[in-house]
Amino acid sequence: MLKVDEIQNGVVIDHITAGTGLALYHLLELEKLTGASVALLQNVRSEKAGKKDIIKIEGDVSHLSFDILGYLDPRISITVIENGAIARKVRPAQPKKLVNVIKCTNPRCITAIEEECDHIFLLTPSGRYRCAYCEQEFRVKPQ
Amino acid sequence: MRHLIDPADFTLEETLRLMDLADRIHDDPAAYRDVALRRRLATLFYEPSTRTRLSFEAAMLNLGGQVIGFPDAGVSSAAKGETVADTIRIVSCYADIAAMRHPKEGAPARAARYSGIPVINAGDGGHSHPTQTLLDMMTIRRRKGTLDGLTIGFCGDLKFGRTVHSLIKSLARCEGMRFVLISPEELRVPDYIIEEVLGPRGIPFAEVRSLEQALPELDILYMTRVQRERFFNEEDYVRLKNSYILTAEKMALARPDMAVLHPLPRVNEISLAVDSDPRAAYFEQAHNGVFMRMALIMTLLGLKDPKTGEVAFPC
Repeated sequence: MLKVDEIQNGVVIDHITAGTGLALYHLLELEKLTGASVALLQNVRSEKAGKKDIIKIEGDVSHLSFDILGYLDPRISITVIENGAIARKVRPAQPKKLVNVIKCTNPRCITAIEEECDHIFLLTPSGRYRCAYCEQEFRVKPQ
Repeated sequence: MRHLIDPADFTLEETLRLMDLADRIHDDPAAYRDVALRRRLATLFYEPSTRTRLSFEAAMLNLGGQVIGFPDAGVSSAAKGETVADTIRIVSCYADIAAMRHPKEGAPARAARYSGIPVINAGDGGHSHPTQTLLDMMTIRRRKGTLDGLTIGFCGDLKFGRTVHSLIKSLARCEGMRFVLISPEELRVPDYIIEEVLGPRGIPFAEVRSLEQALPELDILYMTRVQRERFFNEEDYVRLKNSYILTAEKMALARPDMAVLHPLPRVNEISLAVDSDPRAAYFEQAHNGVFMRMALIMTLLGLKDPKTGEVAFPC
């Protein structure tokens, strides 16, 4: 099994749906991090899901906002590591309504053609987001 | 002011009251012929739909009202690039209520946000068709005398069939329902129907591939057409379009009091020989649709039932 060193100070983003880690990497703009080391692990064995992706970031991540992860993939867990120990777990916020944060990708949705139409997503009881117009669920597509 | 964009916009109790009104109209339509005098319905049809548009127009005319509108986008300002939001604001100046059919999903919901008059979703792409759901429920109740404790089979295209999704969601609110979902693997009902509608309510359902196997246990068989316009790939359409065909021979397997429903139009999924079977209820559905739309127009406009002196429910 591939081994990646445990981090001393940073964050572990775990339980990412397998195949979507790279998409999240770009959405969080981790490629722009200059003062931190980033490891993206793909298709890691998982008891719960069979396989998963993990992102480990070693370094200063205080300016990063993980809120976006709450609506991209509610199963994700975020663990902040300080001095080699778990300092806290962060649960990303799941607002009831998102306006112009994410875009509906359904080509049949009215948002695809209507001028100046807000992209509105509503939180469902199952923790997923659906377009307020066409009700298509928002999913991060594997890259 | 309320709109009807999704069947769930009305509670089950409101839906039942609406059906009660539609039943009263069905039994004595002449009593309702002046209810909507000097009221005007706008039918905004951005794609052709003979049946639904004529049904809405007949409903308004039966109530003594008037109808304006357009039958497809090519003869509307949409051809010049006007937004749905602008169109409905303008139409609100000319009419008292609007029925909108649009190929884009969510267009009527968009219109409702900007409208000064009640908006009825008359079908938006593959998404929703709430008046079809209401008339389906009305037909089931008229045939079976109840909406509780029924075993309902859905057959054909359960993936893209918006009427199926809407009807399952609405019937799931009734007591003691059981669903049999009959489709090829490629056209099975979307996971969210199972995960968000049937699962949380503990509603029993079975997914099967054989229509013959399912038929003997059904109270209602809801047939659907495999729709060419919902496929991106012509090859897939051709491969699946003949998946399930209901014939007189297969009807011999069904209960004597089962009812066959279909949102129409059909292509070949129900043989013509089945039309004369008393269990065929699909033309009755179209007939009921006019009464249901009359009841809906009356209710959204706040018009009282001359028989009871009351509105079905306040809007």
